[in-house]
Amino acid sequence: MSAAEIFQHARDVFSIGALAVGLVFVIAGATGVMRLPDFYTRMHAAGVTDTLGAELIILGLIAQAGDWQTAAKLALVGLLLFLTSPTATHAIANAAHRAGQKPDLSHFKPKHPADTATSEGPK
Amino acid sequence: MFYGISLTAILVALWLTLSGPFTLSGDYPIVMGLGLLSIIGTVALTYRMRIVDRETVPIGPALALFTYWGWLGGEIVKANLAVLRLVMKPEIEVEPRLIRVSAEQRSDLGRSVFANSITLTPGTVTVDVEDDGFLVHALDNSFTDPAGFAEMGARADVASDGRKTGMATGEAN
Amino acid sequence: MTFLTFLVAIGMAVAMAIMLARLFAGPTLYDRVLAANSFGTKTVLFLLVFSALVGRQDAIDIALLYALINFVATIAILKFFRYRSLEIALAQMSLRRALDGDYEK
Repeated sequence: MSAAEIFQHARDVFSIGALAVGLVFVIAGATGVMRLPDFYTRMHAAGVTDTLGAELIILGLIAQAGDWQTAAKLALVGLLLFLTSPTATHAIANAAHRAGQKPDLSHFKPKHPADTATSEGPK
Repeated sequence: MFYGISLTAILVALWLTLSGPFTLSGDYPIVMGLGLLSIIGTVALTYRMRIVDRETVPIGPALALFTYWGWLGGEIVKANLAVLRLVMKPEIEVEPRLIRVSAEQRSDLGRSVFANSITLTPGTVTVDVEDDGFLVHALDNSFTDPAGFAEMGARADVASDGRKTGMATGEAN
Repeated sequence: MTFLTFLVAIGMAVAMAIMLARLFAGPTLYDRVLAANSFGTKTVLFLLVFSALVGRQDAIDIALLYALINFVATIAILKFFRYRSLEIALAQMSLRRALDGDYEK
């Protein structure tokens, strides 16, 4: 077996592993979005998909890519998802918080020192 | 000027990546001409907006940023596995928390890198940005380790700045 | 290899179906926006896997555009439901917030 063949097989194994693990993460994230009790917790489950699941699937596809241009475009999509998904998640969370949506906390919320002056807690 | 040239080089590389084979036969003179026009337009507009500086073209801290991304990748894998374990339990038993995390980064870029890193790590999401810190929603009690946030904040500060804390090296930029 | 890629495409379709269920079921607006955003991410992944399956590069360009539009659409929806208008400029937002009174009071 020549070096090129070994490289080919290693690439295939990496690609298969990354795709399979990424698939598991995406399905788990979707399940979490369905199962978790309130909006703020669902947001975390959606984040699982957006970070590791998406990046692993893209890595697996990059390993399969025939030419460098396909690989570069895939990497560009991965970079875009990596940069935009936390901003979108934060925007949704912040909008819900500003609209007065209360998280379903099991315990108390610690007060900010600036808020202790006003007796009523923040919404 | 250095940032303008870097921006142009990045835009040229982006256009060449997105627009197929590098020949000048057939339709390709039109494609390359449109690319040239749009690159010149983009650079002229950014110059007119006066936003070409080391924050919008982060060439200087690029190496530190990539090192930080490597470290962040490890953290993301760990947090992902923790969230996966919580979600896949037969009984959902989570203990959501809202916590305050203080942000002591020197620049706005460092603060935004830190906030985005918190959001990117599953299990913690930055809900609100305040004057001296962030309001963070954590999925479970196990994600609210102050030492972990402090380490991430320090690393984000170094990554966005490109040099070590307290070490004023005369970096060319 | 092709079989696994096909399986990943099926998995993306299943995840998209779950997201659609959350989109229709979600009790609050923010659940729906979150589901729509996550649905978009999975659509991008599905397009990438699809392009690998059929061996055409065109779908990658579409996926790139879809990722960008998905982000902008999420922000636009949130902005609309917060200010009930898309015409308000970014510079006016803090002024508007100050006029409306802070949300915590």
